[in-house]
Amino acid sequence: MISFILYKFLFALIFFVVALVVAMYSTYGERKVAAFMQDRVGPNRAGPFGILQPLADGVKMFMKEEVIPNTSDRKLFLLGPSLAMLTALMTGVVIPWGSPMNFNGHTFPLQLTDINIGILYVFGVVSLGVYGIMIGGWASNNKYSLLGALRASSQMISYEIAMGLAIIALVMKTGTLSLGAIVSQQHHTWNVFIQPLSFLIFLICAFAETNRAPFDLPECETELVGGYHTEYSSMKLGFYLFAEYINMFISSAIISCLYFGGYNIPFQDHLHLSGNLLPILQFLVLFAKILFFIFFFMWVRWTIPRFRYDQLMNLGWKGLLPLAILNILITGVVLWATGAFK
Amino acid sequence: MISLYLFYFLSFVAILSALLMVFSKNPVHSVLYLVMTFFAIAGHYFLLNAQFLGIVHIIVYAGAIMVLFLYVIMMLNLNQAIEPMKSNLQKLAGIISAGVLSLVLIGAMRTTEIKAAASTASEIGFVSSLGKILFSEYLLPFELASILLLASMVGAVFLSKKELD
Repeated sequence: MISFILYKFLFALIFFVVALVVAMYSTYGERKVAAFMQDRVGPNRAGPFGILQPLADGVKMFMKEEVIPNTSDRKLFLLGPSLAMLTALMTGVVIPWGSPMNFNGHTFPLQLTDINIGILYVFGVVSLGVYGIMIGGWASNNKYSLLGALRASSQMISYEIAMGLAIIALVMKTGTLSLGAIVSQQHHTWNVFIQPLSFLIFLICAFAETNRAPFDLPECETELVGGYHTEYSSMKLGFYLFAEYINMFISSAIISCLYFGGYNIPFQDHLHLSGNLLPILQFLVLFAKILFFIFFFMWVRWTIPRFRYDQLMNLGWKGLLPLAILNILITGVVLWATGAFK
Repeated sequence: MISLYLFYFLSFVAILSALLMVFSKNPVHSVLYLVMTFFAIAGHYFLLNAQFLGIVHIIVYAGAIMVLFLYVIMMLNLNQAIEPMKSNLQKLAGIISAGVLSLVLIGAMRTTEIKAAASTASEIGFVSSLGKILFSEYLLPFELASILLLASMVGAVFLSKKELD
Protein backbone atom coordinates (compact mmCIF):
# COMPACT_ATOMS: atom_id res chain seq x y z
CA MET A 1 0.00 0.00 0.00
CA ILE A 2 2.76 2.40 1.00
CA SER A 3 4.86 1.52 -2.05
CA PHE A 4 1.77 1.99 -4.24
CA ILE A 5 1.18 5.47 -2.88
CA LEU A 6 4.88 6.28 -3.13
CA TYR A 7 4.94 5.17 -6.77
CA LYS A 8 1.90 7.25 -7.66
CA PHE A 9 3.34 10.24 -5.83
CA LEU A 10 6.66 9.89 -7.63
CA PHE A 11 4.87 9.50 -10.96
CA ALA A 12 2.84 12.63 -10.35
CA LEU A 13 5.98 14.52 -9.39
CA ILE A 14 7.76 13.41 -12.57
CA PHE A 15 4.74 14.42 -14.64
CA PHE A 16 4.71 17.80 -12.91
CA VAL A 17 8.38 18.43 -13.63
CA VAL A 18 8.07 17.24 -17.24
CA ALA A 19 5.05 19.46 -17.82
CA LEU A 20 6.88 22.48 -16.43
CA VAL A 21 10.02 21.82 -18.46
CA VAL A 22 7.99 21.30 -21.63
CA ALA A 23 6.09 24.52 -20.95
CA MET A 24 9.37 26.35 -20.31
CA TYR A 25 10.92 25.20 -23.53
CA SER A 26 7.68 25.81 -25.43
CA THR A 27 8.24 29.53 -24.85
CA TYR A 28 11.69 29.14 -26.38
CA GLY A 29 10.26 27.02 -29.19
CA GLU A 30 7.56 29.55 -29.88
CA ARG A 31 10.11 32.34 -30.31
CA LYS A 32 12.29 30.20 -32.52
CA VAL A 33 9.32 29.15 -34.67
CA ALA A 34 8.15 32.76 -34.91
CA ALA A 35 11.64 33.87 -35.86
CA PHE A 36 11.89 31.14 -38.48
CA MET A 37 8.56 32.13 -40.01
CA GLN A 38 9.43 35.82 -40.06
CA ASP A 39 12.94 35.20 -41.38
CA ARG A 40 14.66 36.33 -38.18
CA VAL A 41 17.21 34.65 -35.92
CA GLY A 42 15.25 34.57 -32.65
CA PRO A 43 16.80 34.39 -29.16
CA ASN A 44 20.47 33.46 -29.49
CA ARG A 45 22.30 35.27 -26.66
CA ALA A 46 21.80 33.10 -23.56
CA GLY A 47 23.83 29.96 -24.08
CA PRO A 48 24.41 28.18 -27.40
CA PHE A 49 21.48 28.86 -29.77
CA GLY A 50 19.83 30.76 -26.91
CA ILE A 51 19.06 27.48 -25.18
CA LEU A 52 19.19 29.09 -21.72
CA GLN A 53 16.70 31.80 -22.67
CA PRO A 54 13.78 30.21 -20.70
CA LEU A 55 15.93 30.20 -17.55
CA ALA A 56 16.80 33.85 -18.05
CA ASP A 57 13.11 34.63 -18.55
CA GLY A 58 12.22 32.71 -15.41
CA VAL A 59 14.77 34.60 -13.34
CA LYS A 60 13.49 37.86 -14.79
CA MET A 61 9.90 36.93 -13.87
CA PHE A 62 10.87 36.17 -10.28
CA MET A 63 12.97 39.31 -9.87
CA LYS A 64 10.35 41.74 -11.16
CA GLU A 65 8.50 43.99 -8.76
CA GLU A 66 5.21 42.54 -7.66
CA VAL A 67 2.34 44.98 -8.01
CA ILE A 68 -1.07 44.33 -6.49
CA PRO A 69 -3.49 47.15 -7.33
CA ASN A 70 -5.04 48.89 -4.33
CA THR A 71 -8.54 48.66 -5.75
CA SER A 72 -8.31 44.95 -6.46
CA ASP A 73 -9.93 42.13 -4.53
CA ARG A 74 -6.68 40.94 -2.99
CA LYS A 75 -7.53 37.31 -2.19
CA LEU A 76 -9.15 36.62 -5.53
CA PHE A 77 -6.36 38.47 -7.29
CA LEU A 78 -3.95 35.89 -5.87
CA LEU A 79 -6.36 32.99 -6.42
CA GLY A 80 -6.72 33.67 -10.18
CA PRO A 81 -3.26 32.61 -11.42
CA SER A 82 -3.10 29.72 -8.94
CA LEU A 83 -6.38 28.31 -10.25
CA ALA A 84 -5.24 28.75 -13.86
CA MET A 85 -2.12 26.72 -13.08
CA LEU A 86 -4.00 24.08 -11.08
CA THR A 87 -6.61 23.38 -13.74
CA ALA A 88 -3.90 23.31 -16.42
CA LEU A 89 -1.99 20.57 -14.58
CA MET A 90 -5.00 18.52 -13.35
CA THR A 91 -5.80 16.95 -16.73
CA GLY A 92 -2.46 15.17 -16.86
CA VAL A 93 -3.42 12.34 -14.48
CA VAL A 94 -5.48 10.36 -17.02
CA ILE A 95 -3.02 10.42 -19.92
CA PRO A 96 -1.55 6.96 -20.63
CA TRP A 97 2.17 7.35 -21.38
CA GLY A 98 2.88 3.80 -22.46
CA SER A 99 2.08 0.15 -21.78
CA PRO A 100 3.04 -1.08 -18.28
CA MET A 101 6.69 -1.66 -17.38
CA ASN A 102 8.01 -4.71 -15.53
CA PHE A 103 10.74 -4.76 -12.91
CA ASN A 104 11.47 -7.92 -10.89
CA GLY A 105 7.97 -9.21 -11.46
CA HIS A 106 6.31 -5.99 -10.38
CA THR A 107 4.12 -4.17 -12.88
CA PHE A 108 4.33 -0.40 -13.07
CA PRO A 109 1.56 1.16 -15.16
CA LEU A 110 2.64 4.28 -17.02
CA GLN A 111 -0.63 6.05 -16.31
CA LEU A 112 -1.43 7.76 -13.05
CA THR A 113 -5.01 6.49 -12.96
CA ASP A 114 -7.24 4.89 -15.56
CA ILE A 115 -10.63 5.99 -14.27
CA ASN A 116 -13.53 4.59 -16.26
CA ILE A 117 -14.78 8.09 -17.08
CA GLY A 118 -11.41 9.46 -18.23
CA ILE A 119 -12.76 11.57 -21.09
CA LEU A 120 -15.47 13.10 -18.92
CA TYR A 121 -12.83 13.94 -16.32
CA VAL A 122 -10.80 15.76 -18.96
CA PHE A 123 -13.92 17.54 -20.09
CA GLY A 124 -14.80 18.52 -16.52
CA VAL A 125 -11.36 19.98 -15.83
CA VAL A 126 -11.41 21.85 -19.14
CA SER A 127 -14.75 23.38 -18.19
CA LEU A 128 -13.19 24.57 -14.91
CA GLY A 129 -10.28 26.18 -16.72
CA VAL A 130 -12.24 29.34 -17.24
CA TYR A 131 -12.39 30.15 -13.51
CA GLY A 132 -8.75 31.19 -13.27
CA ILE A 133 -9.16 33.72 -16.05
CA MET A 134 -12.55 35.00 -14.89
CA ILE A 135 -11.53 35.43 -11.27
CA GLY A 136 -8.26 37.10 -12.20
CA GLY A 137 -9.93 39.43 -14.67
CA TRP A 138 -12.67 40.43 -12.26
CA ALA A 139 -10.45 40.83 -9.21
CA SER A 140 -8.13 43.21 -11.08
CA ASN A 141 -10.91 45.80 -11.06
CA ASN A 142 -9.91 47.08 -14.44
CA LYS A 143 -12.34 47.39 -17.33
CA TYR A 144 -9.96 45.86 -19.87
CA SER A 145 -9.28 42.90 -17.60
CA LEU A 146 -13.00 42.42 -17.06
CA LEU A 147 -13.71 42.57 -20.79
CA GLY A 148 -10.97 40.01 -21.38
CA ALA A 149 -12.40 37.75 -18.69
CA LEU A 150 -15.92 38.02 -20.11
CA ARG A 151 -14.64 37.25 -23.59
CA ALA A 152 -12.73 34.25 -22.30
CA SER A 153 -15.71 32.82 -20.44
CA SER A 154 -18.21 33.18 -23.27
CA GLN A 155 -15.69 31.82 -25.76
CA MET A 156 -14.82 28.82 -23.64
CA ILE A 157 -18.44 27.96 -22.87
CA SER A 158 -19.37 28.21 -26.54
CA TYR A 159 -16.57 25.98 -27.76
CA GLU A 160 -16.97 23.46 -24.96
CA ILE A 161 -20.31 22.41 -26.42
CA ALA A 162 -18.94 21.67 -29.88
CA MET A 163 -15.97 19.93 -28.26
CA GLY A 164 -18.22 17.72 -26.15
CA LEU A 165 -20.37 16.79 -29.13
CA ALA A 166 -17.26 15.97 -31.18
CA ILE A 167 -16.12 13.63 -28.40
CA ILE A 168 -19.57 11.98 -28.25
CA ALA A 169 -19.20 10.75 -31.84
CA LEU A 170 -15.81 9.32 -30.91
CA VAL A 171 -17.19 7.66 -27.80
CA MET A 172 -20.03 6.13 -29.83
CA LYS A 173 -17.40 4.45 -31.99
CA THR A 174 -15.06 3.34 -29.21
CA GLY A 175 -17.78 2.35 -26.75
CA THR A 176 -15.74 3.36 -23.72
CA LEU A 177 -14.94 6.51 -21.78
CA SER A 178 -11.62 5.29 -20.42
CA LEU A 179 -8.64 6.95 -22.04
CA GLY A 180 -6.45 3.88 -21.54
CA ALA A 181 -8.96 1.66 -23.36
CA ILE A 182 -9.35 4.16 -26.20
CA VAL A 183 -5.62 4.25 -26.77
CA SER A 184 -5.21 0.48 -26.70
CA GLN A 185 -8.10 0.15 -29.18
CA GLN A 186 -6.09 2.12 -31.72
CA HIS A 187 -3.50 -0.61 -31.99
CA HIS A 188 -4.15 -1.04 -35.70
CA THR A 189 -6.14 1.95 -36.91
CA TRP A 190 -5.89 5.45 -35.53
CA ASN A 191 -9.17 7.13 -34.75
CA VAL A 192 -8.36 10.09 -36.97
CA PHE A 193 -9.00 7.91 -40.03
CA ILE A 194 -12.36 6.76 -38.67
CA GLN A 195 -13.51 10.10 -37.23
CA PRO A 196 -11.82 12.84 -39.30
CA LEU A 197 -14.65 15.33 -38.81
CA SER A 198 -14.63 14.80 -35.07
CA PHE A 199 -10.86 15.38 -35.04
CA LEU A 200 -11.18 18.62 -37.00
CA ILE A 201 -13.84 20.00 -34.66
CA PHE A 202 -11.88 18.93 -31.59
CA LEU A 203 -8.72 20.56 -32.91
CA ILE A 204 -10.42 23.89 -33.60
CA CYS A 205 -12.09 23.82 -30.19
CA ALA A 206 -8.75 23.05 -28.54
CA PHE A 207 -7.40 26.28 -30.00
CA ALA A 208 -10.35 28.19 -28.57
CA GLU A 209 -10.14 26.48 -25.16
CA THR A 210 -6.45 27.25 -24.74
CA ASN A 211 -6.99 30.86 -25.84
CA ARG A 212 -4.41 30.50 -28.56
CA ALA A 213 -4.32 32.48 -31.79
CA PRO A 214 -6.40 32.80 -33.94
CA PHE A 215 -8.80 32.71 -30.96
CA ASP A 216 -6.73 34.72 -28.47
CA LEU A 217 -9.33 37.47 -28.13
CA PRO A 218 -9.27 37.46 -24.29
CA GLU A 219 -5.77 38.92 -24.45
CA CYS A 220 -6.13 40.83 -27.68
CA GLU A 221 -3.54 43.58 -27.17
CA THR A 222 -4.80 45.89 -29.92
CA GLU A 223 -8.18 46.28 -28.20
CA LEU A 224 -7.75 45.31 -24.55
CA VAL A 225 -4.21 46.44 -23.56
CA GLY A 226 -3.25 43.04 -22.14
CA GLY A 227 -6.64 41.42 -21.70
CA TYR A 228 -7.43 39.60 -18.48
CA HIS A 229 -3.84 39.83 -17.17
CA THR A 230 -3.35 43.56 -17.72
CA GLU A 231 -2.85 44.24 -13.99
CA TYR A 232 -0.61 41.26 -13.31
CA SER A 233 3.13 41.45 -12.92
CA SER A 234 6.09 39.30 -11.96
CA MET A 235 5.51 35.57 -11.44
CA LYS A 236 1.72 35.89 -11.23
CA LEU A 237 1.78 37.00 -14.85
CA GLY A 238 4.27 34.20 -15.39
CA PHE A 239 1.73 31.70 -14.02
CA TYR A 240 -0.90 32.83 -16.51
CA LEU A 241 1.51 32.59 -19.42
CA PHE A 242 2.82 29.26 -18.16
CA ALA A 243 -0.69 27.87 -17.72
CA GLU A 244 -1.33 28.62 -21.38
CA TYR A 245 1.71 26.61 -22.44
CA ILE A 246 0.85 23.74 -20.11
CA ASN A 247 -2.67 23.76 -21.53
CA MET A 248 -1.16 23.51 -24.97
CA PHE A 249 1.00 20.56 -23.87
CA ILE A 250 -1.97 18.75 -22.31
CA SER A 251 -4.25 19.45 -25.29
CA SER A 252 -1.61 18.05 -27.61
CA ALA A 253 -1.35 14.96 -25.42
CA ILE A 254 -5.14 14.50 -25.39
CA ILE A 255 -5.38 14.97 -29.17
CA SER A 256 -2.59 12.42 -29.66
CA CYS A 257 -4.31 9.94 -27.34
CA LEU A 258 -7.83 10.34 -28.73
CA TYR A 259 -7.09 10.51 -32.42
CA PHE A 260 -3.47 9.61 -33.19
CA GLY A 261 -3.05 6.32 -31.43
CA GLY A 262 -1.51 7.65 -28.23
CA TYR A 263 1.55 5.59 -27.42
CA ASN A 264 0.93 3.10 -30.25
CA ILE A 265 3.76 2.86 -32.74
CA PRO A 266 2.79 2.09 -36.36
CA PHE A 267 3.63 -1.55 -37.21
CA GLN A 268 4.78 -2.18 -33.66
CA ASP A 269 3.91 -5.88 -33.98
CA HIS A 270 6.59 -6.25 -36.64
CA LEU A 271 9.26 -4.73 -34.42
CA HIS A 272 9.21 -7.75 -32.08
CA LEU A 273 10.16 -5.65 -29.11
CA SER A 274 9.95 -7.15 -25.67
CA GLY A 275 10.56 -6.25 -22.06
CA ASN A 276 10.89 -2.67 -21.02
CA LEU A 277 12.19 -1.44 -24.34
CA LEU A 278 8.68 -1.25 -25.79
CA PRO A 279 7.23 1.09 -23.11
CA ILE A 280 10.25 3.39 -23.42
CA LEU A 281 9.92 3.52 -27.19
CA GLN A 282 6.16 4.07 -26.87
CA PHE A 283 6.74 6.96 -24.51
CA LEU A 284 9.18 8.55 -26.94
CA VAL A 285 6.73 8.12 -29.83
CA LEU A 286 3.91 9.67 -27.84
CA PHE A 287 6.21 12.54 -26.96
CA ALA A 288 7.10 13.05 -30.60
CA LYS A 289 3.39 13.24 -31.44
CA ILE A 290 2.83 15.74 -28.64
CA LEU A 291 5.74 17.90 -29.77
CA PHE A 292 4.38 17.87 -33.30
CA PHE A 293 1.03 19.21 -32.08
CA ILE A 294 2.72 21.86 -29.94
CA PHE A 295 4.56 22.90 -33.08
CA PHE A 296 1.23 22.88 -34.92
CA PHE A 297 -0.23 25.28 -32.34
CA MET A 298 2.70 27.66 -32.95
CA TRP A 299 2.57 27.22 -36.69
CA VAL A 300 -1.08 28.31 -36.72
CA ARG A 301 -0.41 31.20 -34.36
CA TRP A 302 2.18 32.75 -36.64
CA THR A 303 0.23 32.05 -39.82
CA ILE A 304 -3.42 32.93 -39.26
CA PRO A 305 -4.55 36.41 -38.15
CA ARG A 306 -6.83 36.89 -35.17
CA PHE A 307 -10.59 36.54 -35.59
CA ARG A 308 -13.13 39.27 -34.88
CA TYR A 309 -15.30 38.42 -31.88
CA ASP A 310 -18.57 38.02 -33.81
CA GLN A 311 -16.79 35.83 -36.35
CA LEU A 312 -15.57 33.66 -33.49
CA MET A 313 -19.07 33.25 -32.07
CA ASN A 314 -20.55 32.58 -35.52
CA LEU A 315 -17.97 29.90 -36.19
CA GLY A 316 -18.63 28.24 -32.85
CA TRP A 317 -22.40 28.26 -32.80
CA LYS A 318 -23.35 28.23 -36.48
CA GLY A 319 -20.42 26.33 -37.91
CA LEU A 320 -18.95 23.80 -35.51
CA LEU A 321 -22.04 22.96 -33.46
CA PRO A 322 -24.25 21.83 -36.42
CA LEU A 323 -21.23 20.08 -37.91
CA ALA A 324 -20.68 18.16 -34.68
CA ILE A 325 -24.36 17.13 -34.54
CA LEU A 326 -24.18 16.03 -38.18
CA ASN A 327 -21.11 13.98 -37.29
CA ILE A 328 -22.99 12.26 -34.47
CA LEU A 329 -25.84 11.50 -36.88
CA ILE A 330 -23.51 10.05 -39.51
CA THR A 331 -21.67 7.99 -36.91
CA GLY A 332 -24.96 6.64 -35.61
CA VAL A 333 -26.20 5.67 -39.05
CA VAL A 334 -22.92 3.98 -39.97
CA LEU A 335 -22.78 2.10 -36.69
CA TRP A 336 -26.36 0.97 -37.13
CA ALA A 337 -25.78 -0.09 -40.76
CA THR A 338 -22.67 -2.10 -39.87
CA GLY A 339 -24.55 -3.76 -37.04
CA ALA A 340 -22.40 -2.44 -34.21
CA PHE A 341 -25.50 -1.95 -32.03
CA LYS A 342 -26.56 -5.22 -30.53
CA MET B 1 -12.20 3.77 7.46
CA ILE B 2 -10.62 6.29 5.12
CA SER B 3 -13.94 6.76 3.35
CA LEU B 4 -15.60 7.58 6.68
CA TYR B 5 -13.06 10.33 7.39
CA LEU B 6 -13.45 11.54 3.83
CA PHE B 7 -17.20 11.64 4.31
CA TYR B 8 -16.87 13.82 7.42
CA PHE B 9 -14.34 16.06 5.73
CA LEU B 10 -16.49 16.53 2.61
CA SER B 11 -19.62 17.15 4.68
CA PHE B 12 -17.75 19.73 6.73
CA VAL B 13 -16.52 21.50 3.60
CA ALA B 14 -19.96 21.36 1.99
CA ILE B 15 -21.78 22.82 4.99
CA LEU B 16 -19.13 25.42 5.74
CA SER B 17 -18.95 26.70 2.18
CA ALA B 18 -22.74 26.69 1.90
CA LEU B 19 -22.94 28.87 5.01
CA LEU B 20 -20.19 31.15 3.72
CA MET B 21 -22.06 31.42 0.46
CA VAL B 22 -25.17 32.66 2.26
CA PHE B 23 -23.35 35.05 4.57
CA SER B 24 -20.74 36.62 2.30
CA LYS B 25 -21.58 40.16 1.22
CA ASN B 26 -19.94 40.04 -2.18
CA PRO B 27 -21.99 38.14 -4.81
CA VAL B 28 -18.86 36.97 -6.64
CA HIS B 29 -17.54 35.43 -3.41
CA SER B 30 -20.93 33.77 -2.92
CA VAL B 31 -20.74 32.16 -6.33
CA LEU B 32 -17.24 30.84 -5.64
CA TYR B 33 -18.30 29.37 -2.29
CA LEU B 34 -21.23 27.71 -4.05
CA VAL B 35 -18.79 26.17 -6.53
CA MET B 36 -16.85 24.80 -3.56
CA THR B 37 -20.08 23.29 -2.18
CA PHE B 38 -20.71 21.60 -5.52
CA PHE B 39 -17.23 20.11 -5.44
CA ALA B 40 -17.80 18.69 -1.96
CA ILE B 41 -21.09 17.16 -3.09
CA ALA B 42 -19.40 15.69 -6.17
CA GLY B 43 -16.90 14.17 -3.76
CA HIS B 44 -19.80 12.45 -1.97
CA TYR B 45 -20.93 10.98 -5.30
CA PHE B 46 -17.42 9.62 -5.87
CA LEU B 47 -17.46 8.08 -2.40
CA LEU B 48 -20.69 6.27 -3.30
CA ASN B 49 -18.99 4.91 -6.43
CA ALA B 50 -21.18 7.03 -8.71
CA GLN B 51 -18.34 8.50 -10.76
CA PHE B 52 -20.50 9.40 -13.73
CA LEU B 53 -22.98 11.34 -11.63
CA GLY B 54 -20.14 13.07 -9.79
CA ILE B 55 -18.29 14.19 -12.88
CA VAL B 56 -21.49 15.28 -14.63
CA HIS B 57 -22.35 17.23 -11.50
CA ILE B 58 -19.02 19.07 -11.81
CA ILE B 59 -19.32 19.62 -15.57
CA VAL B 60 -22.90 20.88 -15.47
CA TYR B 61 -23.01 22.83 -12.22
CA ALA B 62 -19.46 24.01 -11.58
CA GLY B 63 -18.36 24.12 -15.19
CA ALA B 64 -21.38 25.58 -16.95
CA ILE B 65 -24.12 26.96 -14.72
CA MET B 66 -21.89 28.68 -12.18
CA VAL B 67 -19.73 30.17 -14.93
CA LEU B 68 -22.87 31.70 -16.39
CA PHE B 69 -23.86 32.97 -12.92
CA LEU B 70 -20.44 34.53 -12.50
CA TYR B 71 -20.70 36.00 -15.97
CA VAL B 72 -24.06 37.62 -15.26
CA ILE B 73 -22.94 38.97 -11.86
CA MET B 74 -19.79 40.44 -13.36
CA MET B 75 -21.82 42.03 -16.13
CA LEU B 76 -24.50 43.49 -13.85
CA ASN B 77 -22.69 45.13 -10.94
CA LEU B 78 -19.25 46.00 -12.03
CA ASN B 79 -18.15 47.94 -9.00
CA GLN B 80 -20.71 47.95 -6.23
CA ALA B 81 -20.27 44.88 -4.09
CA ILE B 82 -23.29 45.21 -1.86
CA GLU B 83 -26.80 44.53 -2.99
CA PRO B 84 -29.64 46.84 -1.92
CA MET B 85 -31.31 45.59 1.24
CA LYS B 86 -34.65 43.81 0.95
CA SER B 87 -37.70 45.22 2.69
CA ASN B 88 -38.83 43.74 6.01
CA LEU B 89 -41.88 42.11 4.43
CA GLN B 90 -39.68 40.22 1.99
CA LYS B 91 -37.38 39.10 4.79
CA LEU B 92 -40.35 37.84 6.82
CA ALA B 93 -41.72 35.96 3.80
CA GLY B 94 -38.33 34.39 3.24
CA ILE B 95 -38.01 33.27 6.86
CA ILE B 96 -41.51 31.78 6.92
CA SER B 97 -41.09 29.85 3.68
CA ALA B 98 -37.67 28.54 4.74
CA GLY B 99 -39.13 27.49 8.11
CA VAL B 100 -42.02 25.66 6.46
CA LEU B 101 -39.63 23.88 4.12
CA SER B 102 -37.39 22.76 6.97
CA LEU B 103 -40.48 21.59 8.90
CA VAL B 104 -41.56 19.42 5.96
CA LEU B 105 -38.06 18.07 5.52
CA ILE B 106 -37.67 17.22 9.20
CA GLY B 107 -41.09 15.58 9.22
CA ALA B 108 -40.21 13.50 6.20
CA MET B 109 -36.80 12.52 7.58
CA ARG B 110 -38.16 11.56 10.98
CA THR B 111 -40.46 8.83 9.71
CA THR B 112 -38.15 7.27 7.12
CA GLU B 113 -35.82 4.62 8.39
CA ILE B 114 -32.25 5.15 7.32
CA LYS B 115 -30.98 2.16 5.42
CA ALA B 116 -27.33 1.38 5.19
CA ALA B 117 -25.75 3.27 2.32
CA ALA B 118 -25.63 1.32 -0.93
CA SER B 119 -22.58 -0.90 -0.88
CA THR B 120 -19.67 0.74 -2.64
CA ALA B 121 -19.08 -2.42 -4.64
CA SER B 122 -22.27 -1.90 -6.67
CA GLU B 123 -21.83 -0.83 -10.25
CA ILE B 124 -25.04 1.16 -10.50
CA GLY B 125 -23.15 4.42 -10.90
CA PHE B 126 -21.16 3.26 -13.90
CA VAL B 127 -22.02 4.72 -17.28
CA SER B 128 -23.02 1.43 -18.88
CA SER B 129 -25.44 0.34 -16.14
CA LEU B 130 -26.85 3.87 -15.86
CA GLY B 131 -27.45 3.99 -19.61
CA LYS B 132 -29.16 0.62 -19.65
CA ILE B 133 -31.55 1.64 -16.89
CA LEU B 134 -32.25 5.05 -18.41
CA PHE B 135 -33.13 3.61 -21.79
CA SER B 136 -35.21 0.69 -20.56
CA GLU B 137 -36.91 1.18 -17.22
CA TYR B 138 -36.99 4.99 -17.15
CA LEU B 139 -37.34 5.68 -20.86
CA LEU B 140 -40.52 7.77 -20.59
CA PRO B 141 -39.33 10.12 -17.81
CA PHE B 142 -36.02 10.46 -19.62
CA GLU B 143 -37.72 11.48 -22.87
CA LEU B 144 -40.07 13.84 -21.04
CA ALA B 145 -37.13 15.53 -19.33
CA SER B 146 -35.38 15.99 -22.66
CA ILE B 147 -38.53 17.50 -24.16
CA LEU B 148 -38.68 19.89 -21.20
CA LEU B 149 -35.06 20.90 -21.80
CA LEU B 150 -35.75 21.42 -25.50
CA ALA B 151 -38.79 23.57 -24.71
CA SER B 152 -36.80 25.74 -22.30
CA MET B 153 -34.04 26.09 -24.88
CA VAL B 154 -36.51 27.28 -27.50
CA GLY B 155 -37.99 29.64 -24.90
CA ALA B 156 -34.58 31.10 -24.12
CA VAL B 157 -33.87 31.70 -27.80
CA PHE B 158 -37.32 33.27 -28.21
CA LEU B 159 -36.85 35.61 -25.25
CA SER B 160 -33.38 36.72 -26.25
CA LYS B 161 -34.52 37.58 -29.76
CA LYS B 162 -35.42 41.27 -29.74
CA GLU B 163 -37.90 41.35 -32.57
CA LEU B 164 -39.37 38.58 -34.64
CA ASP B 165 -39.01 39.05 -38.32
